Amino acid sequence: MIKIRIKFRKYGVMRFIGHLDIMRYFQKAIRRAEIDICYSEGFSPHQIMSFAAPLGVGITSDGEYLDIEVNSTCSSREAIRALNDTMVEGVEITGYVKLPDNAKTAMSIVAAADYDLFYKEGYEVPLSVTELQDGILHFFKEQEEVLITKKTKKSEKVMDLKALVYDFEVSERDGKPCFYLKLSTGSSDNLKPELVVASLYKFMGIAYEENAIQIHRRDVYAADDNGAGFISLLAMGEELL
Amino acid sequence: MTKLALSDEILMKIDKPARYIGNELNSVKKDKENVDIRFVMCFPDVYEIGMSHLGIQILYDMLNRREDVWCERVYSPWPDLHQILKEQQIPLFSLESQEPVKNADFLGITIQYEMCYTNILQILDLSQIPMFAKDRTWEHPIVIGGGPCTYNPEPIADFFDLFYMGEGEVQYDPLLNLYQSMRKNGASRAEFLREAAKIPGIYVPSLYKVTYKEDGTIESFSPLYEDVPATVTKQIVTDMTEAVYPEKPIVPFIKATQDRVVLEIQRGCIRGCRFCQAGMVYRPTREKNVERLKDLAYKMLKSTGYEEISLSSLSSSDYSQLQELVTFLIEEFKGKGVNISLPSLRIDAFSLDVMGKVQDIKKSSLTFAPEAGSQRLRDVINKGLTKEVILEGAGMAFEGGWNKVKLYFMLGLPTETKEDMRAIAELANDIAVRYYEIPKEQRNGKCQITISTSFFVPKPFTPFQWARMYPPEDYIGRAKIVNDTVKEQLNRKSIKYNWHEADVTVLEGVLARGDRKVGQVLLKVYEKGGIFDAWSEFFDYQRWLDAFEECGVDMDFYIMRERPLDEIFPWDFIDTGVTKEFLKREWQTAMGETVTPNCRMKCSSCGMARFKTGVCVADRS
Repeated sequence: MIKIRIKFRKYGVMRFIGHLDIMRYFQKAIRRAEIDICYSEGFSPHQIMSFAAPLGVGITSDGEYLDIEVNSTCSSREAIRALNDTMVEGVEITGYVKLPDNAKTAMSIVAAADYDLFYKEGYEVPLSVTELQDGILHFFKEQEEVLITKKTKKSEKVMDLKALVYDFEVSERDGKPCFYLKLSTGSSDNLKPELVVASLYKFMGIAYEENAIQIHRRDVYAADDNGAGFISLLAMGEELL
Repeated sequence: MTKLALSDEILMKIDKPARYIGNELNSVKKDKENVDIRFVMCFPDVYEIGMSHLGIQILYDMLNRREDVWCERVYSPWPDLHQILKEQQIPLFSLESQEPVKNADFLGITIQYEMCYTNILQILDLSQIPMFAKDRTWEHPIVIGGGPCTYNPEPIADFFDLFYMGEGEVQYDPLLNLYQSMRKNGASRAEFLREAAKIPGIYVPSLYKVTYKEDGTIESFSPLYEDVPATVTKQIVTDMTEAVYPEKPIVPFIKATQDRVVLEIQRGCIRGCRFCQAGMVYRPTREKNVERLKDLAYKMLKSTGYEEISLSSLSSSDYSQLQELVTFLIEEFKGKGVNISLPSLRIDAFSLDVMGKVQDIKKSSLTFAPEAGSQRLRDVINKGLTKEVILEGAGMAFEGGWNKVKLYFMLGLPTETKEDMRAIAELANDIAVRYYEIPKEQRNGKCQITISTSFFVPKPFTPFQWARMYPPEDYIGRAKIVNDTVKEQLNRKSIKYNWHEADVTVLEGVLARGDRKVGQVLLKVYEKGGIFDAWSEFFDYQRWLDAFEECGVDMDFYIMRERPLDEIFPWDFIDTGVTKEFLKREWQTAMGETVTPNCRMKCSSCGMARFKTGVCVADRS
């Protein structure tokens, strides 16, 4: 039994395919690519497969991950090619690495993720990059504590962004502002990027137009063993030659 | 990268945007500049239902094999998107190109059940194509209908330019070739339709005139011109093994109703149940060679990655190579995590053995479809199944560890009496008795017997096409008799009874055997907001009653009369191969409570033998 981590991109029209359907998509893709995946026991055996962090509908990503267990494997390069030969437009495999035998699943160790948020074509930009930089300074960087309320279906939770936002910048891309955020992610302290930017807009007294902004996930990280830093999920495995 | 027809705003607002973005594995994209004919194939129901339909997958594959044709798909937008498309005047689009359906050369609509008729009008309306064929020009696609409901196309005749009668594999090439050459030569739409009418199996409703007698029945049905054939002949595939079949079916992202590889093992049925339209119009039974099926199973599982494969046919137990095929599938694929899903097989030692291998006995149930409770009525409907066979099969299964049984029946069959209704509950009780004969320590708790009844709807081209129907309250009364009898049974606690709504049944009856006068009612229902009538949450019986009333069309005329043998039916101009003489003979034999042997036992001269294929030319031993 070998543990494998696969990294993929999700872009274009595939942003409208939800997490559960992406899981079903990969179950079939793994068969088509003839990856020698392990199955559970029982009457309806299922593939040993788990995903790192669900991606919301409408969001694109360069850093999605799933872990599988296989009985045998070819090289990383061959596996990536076999998988990409059977992908639809909008999903691309970019990594296939072997994990240490005692590795925990990606799902259980996800700690942070990087996001870009930028304006879609045809939408008006309410503020300039300089104004937004100023806003981030006052709203986030200069304050000791930034409390916001996260509403879920069941409850409301007050969170301090200072503890959960590791980086928050805005820069210019194609003449428009583009936000970059590094956020706490995972099962315990999961923070959605649109909540952070919407809080900034609220602080600045302008409306956050959800439809105007495209969210893109750059990569997903685990906490580095050494302490403070983060490590990309792919870097935790080694390429198969 | 594909530009979507719908904006992000709309896609993020509606339920299941994946229904509308296309891009599925094995869907076909072509350069529209390099094709002559754009064909959009439609199943007029929601995506998950439409994507489960085998016929469209076959035709999609077949049409796209032609380099000069691009076949795309469209399904009914769910009511949430329907409203947005109407409000914002966004034309309905096909999934592959995301371009308006109205730009296509052909819009092909498969018509699988009567209650989707309002959805056909929805498709035309949202596509911004004129509802009535007579109002269309070359600016609009040729709207063509196919599928089982076209065996009586008359209620929807005004909305279609043409209908294709029979199995689609046969005449699409000649039709598309004709279109290509006539468009090149600058022919008018009317000229094209006139020529198309001469292709066997093509029916152009606008080229026929119907006159009615004072009592509302048909006086005459005839072509308007001499060169238009008076009879339209259903087309059939003569070599099932060589017939086109998709080796790379489309795999949807969202879970479709039929979310697996479907292997069609044969077409047609030898049984000749007198209520069953499929059993008559898909004659004769034609098998696919087992080696071809094994090869297809391999290729389709490989090209899709599906984790399940299922067999499709009207009566799989009658497939002569079933044992070899099922054994192969289990041995070849079971170990690779592929589930084998078996359709309802006749319960015998073999089927119980394979079911035990592919299903969890504790969770799965046995299915019997006796269709009628008493032997007398089963003889009337020509359902060969006897009580002894059912009890023997159930007994074997109970001893093998099963304890769940599903029973399917129809109420309202011709000649049905109270005794026949009561017999349904009694049969269920007898099965329970058989279960409790097993010593307590050897059986698996209580047994669960579920009875389901639907109400019988007479269909064209069946021996029961002359039969009458009943008012909704009468049907409910029949279900009540069954329910009361269930409660009197010794084993009532092991028996559960479900019955269907009666309102829909009555409407299905009108639409199934209606004539051209019914078309205006459909339009009225649609105008009143009727869509997705096959869905109980959207079906509104009163809306239909109002529409019939406002149009001055009498429902009872279509359903409450037992029709005389010499009446001209709206569908009589179609030649399905099975003769009206045979159907009449069967209707009379039914009244005599006599069974007709199946096609393998003896030829009963239904008329199909002239096609010289399938069971008609097989050895009878």
